[in-house]
Amino acid sequence: MARIELAGVGKRFGSVETIRDVNLDLRDREFVVFVGPSGCGKSTLLRLVAGLEDVSAGEIRFDGEVVNELTPPERGIAMVFQSYALYPHMSVFENMIFGLKLAKTDRAEAERRVREAARILQLDRLLDRKPRELSGGQRQRVAIGRAITRDPRVFLFDEPLSNLDAALRVQMRIEIAKLHRRLDATMIYVTHDQVEAMTLADRIVVLDAGEVRQVGTPIELYQHPANRFVAGFIGSPKMNFLPATYPKGFAIPHEAVEVGIRPEHLRLGEPADASVEGRVLAVERLGAESWVYVDLGLDDPLVVKHAGMVDLPPEGTVTVGLPAKACYLFDRQGLSLPRAAFG
Amino acid sequence: MSRRTRRRFGRAGFYLLMALIVLYAVFPFYWAIVSSFKPGSEMFRIDFFPPPNLANYYAVFAEQPFGRNIVNSLIVASAVVVLSLALGLLAAFALGRIRFRGRSLLLFTILGVSMFPQVAVLSGMFELVRALGLYNRLPSLILSYLIFTLPFTVWVLTTFIRALPKELEEAAIVDGAKPLTIVTRVFLPLLGPALSTTGLLAFIAAWNEFLFALTFTLSGEQRTVPVAIALISGASAYELPWGNIMAASVMVTVPLIVLVLIFQRRIVSGLTAGAVKG
Repeated sequence: MARIELAGVGKRFGSVETIRDVNLDLRDREFVVFVGPSGCGKSTLLRLVAGLEDVSAGEIRFDGEVVNELTPPERGIAMVFQSYALYPHMSVFENMIFGLKLAKTDRAEAERRVREAARILQLDRLLDRKPRELSGGQRQRVAIGRAITRDPRVFLFDEPLSNLDAALRVQMRIEIAKLHRRLDATMIYVTHDQVEAMTLADRIVVLDAGEVRQVGTPIELYQHPANRFVAGFIGSPKMNFLPATYPKGFAIPHEAVEVGIRPEHLRLGEPADASVEGRVLAVERLGAESWVYVDLGLDDPLVVKHAGMVDLPPEGTVTVGLPAKACYLFDRQGLSLPRAAFG
Repeated sequence: MSRRTRRRFGRAGFYLLMALIVLYAVFPFYWAIVSSFKPGSEMFRIDFFPPPNLANYYAVFAEQPFGRNIVNSLIVASAVVVLSLALGLLAAFALGRIRFRGRSLLLFTILGVSMFPQVAVLSGMFELVRALGLYNRLPSLILSYLIFTLPFTVWVLTTFIRALPKELEEAAIVDGAKPLTIVTRVFLPLLGPALSTTGLLAFIAAWNEFLFALTFTLSGEQRTVPVAIALISGASAYELPWGNIMAASVMVTVPLIVLVLIFQRRIVSGLTAGAVKG
């Protein structure tokens, strides 16, 4: 339980500036997801909060107290690593009790906490096993269990699900969400997977090139992306961008702009407020929906997400309708122009 | 030639080659054992299976303080192993895990030290030993052997520590472990195979060392085994008691062979398997 503030936080490695002037205010017990493409600095930012790296500029505060100079245990954090980082020579039980032993917690109390964590994570039967005898999902649970026993103020997850297969990932996602409701700790979760971000987060922080691009709830980011980067990053398949100009007689004549529209808002084969026509490049049929790639003569094909099956021959021509309400407008700097919520 | 006969010939050739290699490796030791059983008068008669006669073995212990020499060798070699592993592990942690200015320069200096020929450091080492008042005492050997055991211990352990996942160390930091705790409770158990290998090599090097041992000791009571063996002399200056020398050699080689056999399983081991990912 802690409110976490980052004020003007920066980090440089030699001459490389990985994090630039990050200002964030994370509420107590909030589930915040840092998301962004690889190399955007999200993991570095998490490690700054953890205390595994020192900040080069700015201040990090937990509940108003500056923690810049404190070690990870002094900050009261617990962290789950991408590779789990279990101690290979220790059993599950020893892995989970190691931190408590170092903290000189009373033995009976420590054991009680380990058993409690093991019960929550259904590890009861595995306590005597070594990590190498566990499956990926079980190792992940042990890593989380090790974090729980410390009873931390802040939980940090560094891409915890990226080593798991798809089915297990969905299951663990739900377990982590349940865990958050149960533990009432502030959680920061780093991922490059925007689906994980959308499903888990109270608020999402979108990072790119070491800078915060937008902070908001998943729906805010989806409906009101602040800029082209966020618009393109949130949503799958990603948003389509089409070049556009203001019509003659408009206040800013001939200013180049971009129109963005999400694949799920395009109408396949039916004209709308505006329509474009193009050649079908490929159709991907996912069962419940189909993704149609339409060549408009631009660099990237237009992607249309159509509910249900479509029966279109490749190389055929198709009309795609663009409902005006669903469109986003971006100025030359890539910033969004204000719009009403839709969809 | 059919394919089958060709394969048979290939097989036969393989085993022949293997037999040759084994013969080449084992024959000298076998000959030492055989010679150690022969009395001096029969030494140069070719006899592949003489009856085991332990007279030479008794003679080795009767004619010089050989038991004492073995104990000396054990003390020196064990102390060298313990010291090189302890110092090497701490150095390797720093060199493998902590960034500091001049780290690679330091690493290469350590490597450079191991390249000095022993003769080159001998006189300087002698002055040092005298200055420290260690002449003709076992600590002089322990100190001088560290010169060649430490560099490779540090190098091998540094490589192993670098190969350990960084997240493991960070997990320990988050768990509240201080550097010394990380080294002893997390790294040490994982470095078992590396420690066995380097420890064994250090032991063998210290056990077999001759030049320093010859130079820094004077009395028979302080000698280690290789020097003692070299200085075994016969009744007259014209007689070399081969039987005694061979008996002594066999006795000091056997512990090494036993050690290698004990540790070979630990040397081949992948303890970190399962630490990261699956």
